[in-house]
Amino acid sequence: MVIQVLRRVGSKGVSFLESFGASGMFLFQSLVAVPNIRNNFPLLVKQIYAVGVMSLVIIMVSGLFIGMVLALQGYNILTRYGSEQALGQLVSLTLLRELGPVVAALLFAGRAGSALTAEIGLMKSTEQIAGLEMIGVDPLRRVIAPRFWAGIICMPVLAIIFSSVGIWGASLVGVDWLGVYSGSFWANMQDSVQFSDDVLNGVIKSIAFGFVITWIAVFQGYDAVPTSEGIGQATTRTVVYASLAILGLDFILTAVMFGDL
Amino acid sequence: MRIRTLEISVGAFMVAGFAALIFLALKVSGLTLDAAEESYEVTARFENIGGLTVRAKVTMAGVVIGRVSNIYLDKEDFVGVVEMDIYNQFDNLSIDSTASILTAGVLGEKYIGIVVGAEDEYLAEGDEIEDTQSALVLEDLVSKFLFNKTQE
Repeated sequence: MVIQVLRRVGSKGVSFLESFGASGMFLFQSLVAVPNIRNNFPLLVKQIYAVGVMSLVIIMVSGLFIGMVLALQGYNILTRYGSEQALGQLVSLTLLRELGPVVAALLFAGRAGSALTAEIGLMKSTEQIAGLEMIGVDPLRRVIAPRFWAGIICMPVLAIIFSSVGIWGASLVGVDWLGVYSGSFWANMQDSVQFSDDVLNGVIKSIAFGFVITWIAVFQGYDAVPTSEGIGQATTRTVVYASLAILGLDFILTAVMFGDL
Repeated sequence: MRIRTLEISVGAFMVAGFAALIFLALKVSGLTLDAAEESYEVTARFENIGGLTVRAKVTMAGVVIGRVSNIYLDKEDFVGVVEMDIYNQFDNLSIDSTASILTAGVLGEKYIGIVVGAEDEYLAEGDEIEDTQSALVLEDLVSKFLFNKTQE
């Protein structure tokens, strides 16, 4: 009984390590190549469109609402202590340091990561990838690499837009609706936000998240069992793994950046 | 034509991201384009700095004239030394000005208020403001008050 449990744990662990190693090799192979900018740039632009531009609406709408909710909740609490001028500081630091990168990354994993997995999985099941290999094109470079770079480029852009729209939404609610004095709203914000610490650390975070999300997404797609069921499972795994990885990584990055570790 | 709209929208996307970054830099974190505003450094020694932080405001008559750039403890005299950068346009602060640590509101942040003196000589790079007034620490006030009460 005990032996069987141990055996199961062992085989799970080995297969986890195997797939981790395989995905690392996969990443290495698709990225380490002489970049051919003239041929690959149009591919990259197309993927940035699919991954970034198409995610823009959901990112902006959720950023707006998250900023507005933060302003409402923050105002209710701060006004109890008569310090509602600190609203700008509260909203901007929350968005720039945590919510901007993290929520944008979670949305990105759901919106773009799952689409990447499904697309690549379907390419595999309809044997397009095998076809590319047959005509002598490396599918890792042709299919995977542009998607991967597009994810890394788009994620920080989306996170920055998310934070900006959120702060704008907060000023909409806080200043225009609840009547916080706009001078102290912005001045308090500018006093407490430091560009090199808060804004750039948020950007670094979102680049790390973009890396992890697209890595998981393209690997799950490439590794999917080429059946309709397998693609469904792979898509689910992408969203679950990517979300967990984002939250875990966020804790580590926050501890390193802001926690004086 | 299809390719054209795709490229234009990607370009617009990147431009929007860049614009948002500029918004975050200028409006949210208050970076000014001429970021390194010319300033000169003045120090002041306080018995107790009571929660003053780096980047706190230095004001005169309520107007910001500089920022605190560094805070450390003098290991020999055991006093807090505050270094502040005062913008060059305010170059006529007399050498006997008073610096005090004040609080904005009840729960507000600490800042330094400077009251100008009467001398004709002006503060310059590296000078020290000798006349200082420490931060008010609530516990000290309470204990003084209680001490006076018991004396009565």
